[in-house]
Amino acid sequence: MSETPPADPTGGLPGAGGDNALEFRDPEKAEAIAARLEELSGALDDPPATIMHVCGSHEQSIAKFGLRSMLPDDVRLIMGPGCPVCITNMPEVDEAVALAQAGHTVVTYGDMLKVPGSTKSLDDARAAGADVRVVYSAADAAEIAEEEDGAVVFFATGFETTAAPTAAVVKDDPPPNFWVLSSHKYVPPAMEIVADMPDTDIQGYLAAGNAAIITGSGIFEAIADDHDLPIVVGGFEPLDILAGITKLVEMIGEDASGVENAYPRCVTESGNEVAKSQMWDVFETETGEWRGIADIPDANLVLGADYDHVDAREQFDIDTAHLRDESAHRLADDCICGDIMSGKADPTDCDMFGEECTPEDPVGACMVSSEGTCKIWHEYGGRPDL
Amino acid sequence: MCLGVPGEVTTVDGPQATVDFWGVEKEVRLDTVDAPVEPGDYILNHVGFAIRRIPDDEIDETMSLYESFMEDDPDDMLTDDVIDEIEAGRTVPADEAEGLAVADTGPEAADAGDAEDLLEELDIDV
Repeated sequence: MSETPPADPTGGLPGAGGDNALEFRDPEKAEAIAARLEELSGALDDPPATIMHVCGSHEQSIAKFGLRSMLPDDVRLIMGPGCPVCITNMPEVDEAVALAQAGHTVVTYGDMLKVPGSTKSLDDARAAGADVRVVYSAADAAEIAEEEDGAVVFFATGFETTAAPTAAVVKDDPPPNFWVLSSHKYVPPAMEIVADMPDTDIQGYLAAGNAAIITGSGIFEAIADDHDLPIVVGGFEPLDILAGITKLVEMIGEDASGVENAYPRCVTESGNEVAKSQMWDVFETETGEWRGIADIPDANLVLGADYDHVDAREQFDIDTAHLRDESAHRLADDCICGDIMSGKADPTDCDMFGEECTPEDPVGACMVSSEGTCKIWHEYGGRPDL
Repeated sequence: MCLGVPGEVTTVDGPQATVDFWGVEKEVRLDTVDAPVEPGDYILNHVGFAIRRIPDDEIDETMSLYESFMEDDPDDMLTDDVIDEIEAGRTVPADEAEGLAVADTGPEAADAGDAEDLLEELDIDV
């Protein structure tokens, strides 16, 4: 069901045709891959093949280039918990809001400002006079602490690609008034939990090529073995994604498990050893709830004991009780972000999508970030390109 | 912002580099990169940190791909995210910058063999 015109599977690839045709958008190759995909999906014993990707940039590229329109009916491509802003849980936002309300300077990435806490966002706290600032980089957060006399708390969010920078700053002798409130998350354990959800029925994962630059593709071997799944690490150009999906459908058809790297020009098996060693020196994993999805073992990254001196949770007595209002029914109670991120529902299944919940006035976190499924679908006018 | 952006290293000072992103000079930390970086190298920057040195034979293609992202549609979300990442962060003032012009890497520089290589690598018979 489309609110947008169907994409032309060949000419719809920007950059296609003419002297400037880009190899990873070549429409003839795209058609050839699509034909192979059609053939492979037609031979599936138990269609449809349900493939989950776990990256907001993948969803953006899929929507932008109309890739779902090129997939056979027997291939379902859904987005999982791939937006770090979206899975940051309300109590974590409450901690940041409480610290800002207590008079400390709270700095964070721009995407986090409007993410709803139990009753307030950081943007609400800022409007009420708290010192909340946006930074581009963890290094900028430490620099603000150099300039300020009071406490500066970096509300640190994101997956491996931002956790490694946070670790580098923590290890680089930050000023004594600099603390980290870590809400960093680690994706592989979440992939395991979602793979086991009966309603989701994932048969293969398209893993995020950018995070795998750091972790390496080898990290997925154990998941593929334990859950008897194929996992393909994919890049972000149209042909990268199509080739990744085609490989997955082939492996699903053969009932094969294992890991393939469809982004070899950026991803190695072992990843970035320097960034990994910094990350695992500074962070430990802990069980924690990903917003609306589940308690996920070992998927929250918290500062290890050696770094208590920069850990905001060790330094401050963070009281968030006043931010919770158990009595009122909130729109957020009806938010289905969790179901969307675990592949059980589409944004358009939500009654509030585009009505009470819009990018300007988001109810759920998936409508806040440019990597959130709801915001991407809203931007592209409903289900992209079906 | 998830994708990261590539740029050319113009100066290196310990763990800190100045990097040229299509004419925008920014400081980028090198603590998280797993290869030695020198002026003239290209790196993939993510939130002010280099997470990868781009091998020489991949520079042209990488720059072309990003240029095509940026040329597609200025209102597009993916384009927006890439441009935001280039423009965000600490810009080195022009009078401090010793910038070299970014290499001339038009889309025609893309290596026509690469998509073929990928299909071969994955053993996808088209």
